[in-house]
Amino acid sequence: MADSKTEPKTLGESLRQQGVSRRGFLKFCTATASMMALPPAMVPAIAEALEKARRPSVIWLSFQECTGCTESLTRAHAPTIENLIFDHISLDYHHTLQAAAGEGAEAAREAAMHENHGKYIVVVDGSIPLKDPGFSTIAGISNLDMLKETVAGAAAVIAVGSCAAFGGLPHASPNPTGAVSVSEIIKDKPVVNVSGCPPIPTVITGVLAHFLTFGGLPELDDLGRPKVFYGQSIHDRCYRRPFYDKGLFAETFDDEGARKGWCLYRMGCKGPMTYNACATTKWNQGTSWPVESGHGCLGCSEPNFWDGGGFYNAISIPDGDIARNVGLGAVAGVAVGAAAGMLNRNAKADAVARHETVTVDDLEKTS
Amino acid sequence: MSSPIDFLLWVKGPAFDIALAVFVIGIVVRLLEIVLLGRKQDLAEPKGEEFGPGLRTIVTRTLPEAGSFKQSPFTVIGGYIWHIGFLICLLFFVPHIELLHSVLGIKWPGLSNHIVDAVAVVTMATLVAMLIDRITHSVKRFLSGPEDYLVWLAAFLPIVTGYLAYHRVLVPYPLVLGIHILSIEFLMILFPFTKLMHTFTFPLARWYNGAMAGRRGVQS
Repeated sequence: MADSKTEPKTLGESLRQQGVSRRGFLKFCTATASMMALPPAMVPAIAEALEKARRPSVIWLSFQECTGCTESLTRAHAPTIENLIFDHISLDYHHTLQAAAGEGAEAAREAAMHENHGKYIVVVDGSIPLKDPGFSTIAGISNLDMLKETVAGAAAVIAVGSCAAFGGLPHASPNPTGAVSVSEIIKDKPVVNVSGCPPIPTVITGVLAHFLTFGGLPELDDLGRPKVFYGQSIHDRCYRRPFYDKGLFAETFDDEGARKGWCLYRMGCKGPMTYNACATTKWNQGTSWPVESGHGCLGCSEPNFWDGGGFYNAISIPDGDIARNVGLGAVAGVAVGAAAGMLNRNAKADAVARHETVTVDDLEKTS
Repeated sequence: MSSPIDFLLWVKGPAFDIALAVFVIGIVVRLLEIVLLGRKQDLAEPKGEEFGPGLRTIVTRTLPEAGSFKQSPFTVIGGYIWHIGFLICLLFFVPHIELLHSVLGIKWPGLSNHIVDAVAVVTMATLVAMLIDRITHSVKRFLSGPEDYLVWLAAFLPIVTGYLAYHRVLVPYPLVLGIHILSIEFLMILFPFTKLMHTFTFPLARWYNGAMAGRRGVQS
């Protein structure tokens, strides 16, 4: 969407054009290396690769989503180098951000696909409805068709947000639209899941930086997420963890424990089962993150987090209504037990009635 | 999509409901069967009362009899250690208290995780030692059937999987937590059909012994 006449050729040029100093750029490279758990020796290599990196064409497809992911990535309080990297990519199609509409917009997508065949990156946010193609269409094209058509010539796909990565809210029970994730449809291209509701902005710029530096995608976990960001759980990196170990828990949002910053496990924190970088990267440029602001983790970067029981139920509590089920079970047990008891009593009475007395004479007769 | 989270949700959802139904219905049915069967009327003149001695025996039989303690101290001490250890882990680990609170509506103070952790280690070690003793002791081995080993496994698995879950040894965590909950469901399903039922039947048996002795005017 940038003007092609003033368009810088490389990332280095782009950053210099926007007033970023060499020092600032190297600081970003060091931070990126550290974030991606790379040795310091890699910093010059990252700097060199990013300096020379050419603008990759990015086509951003928004399906069944809430735009929260785009908000997360674009609404930083102050411009950062991460933003500039994001600006540097050639975002050729993004129907929320682009000025063009209708046929012009679709023409931009088709042009980007044609010009960069085999090299462009497709970013998807939102899930894809399979029950009825009419549930979500863009320019009359169903989400499924647009995804398949666009991904056919792509180098890689980045599924941004839990809807694209795992189905997210549209996929929550009873899943009225038959929503599925990108990876359930795309099997022949590398798919990176950058999950979260929304995902941390630094994580997507990190994935892009990795792609620009190494020309490939980072190492992924079993759920297709970059291990550098999703390799450790919230619980393991939580600054409130010592309180968990000591058995000190907040039990309401305004009790003494809450004021003292104790562990939020009892208030439903899903940190122990959630893998994400919130505890280390934090949000809003390192200002804070949910647990630091006093609310438990919702587990938004994990599949089906909407269906994982109440947000305020501790992880150890099963999902069903246990008290009701125990009551129903007890009633059923009493009914079955009473019937079994009656049968047993009848069998006993029957045995007593049929009991034959044996005398010594009888025994002598038979022997 | 089949992920560890899906497994955990299944274990915490439908699987738990099934295990709970088998557990509750099975226990109520078995207890009712025992109680409804009744006893033959004792026509002899009572020489003492039943109620007091019955209640007392429920408590006094908790302590080991001197003779059996002298004969097999390991069985008695080991039995105490792992039963108490199991109950401490079950009743005083905060995540368990949260679960019981959601069912019973009451809660009580938990222990520090480090204490529960240490108790779990002692409990596991005791259970292993008791299994070795059962296998190496010729009389115990002769008396043991497949059910005894099955019940040992059902008691051991929740502690060992809980220990692994707490220490987050197997990754990802949702998988190991799911396995832990599944092991408890295994225990719950076995409960009504095995000697695990002693958890609920021991007061009845002790009551009967005490009441019978009381009626005859003898010490129980």
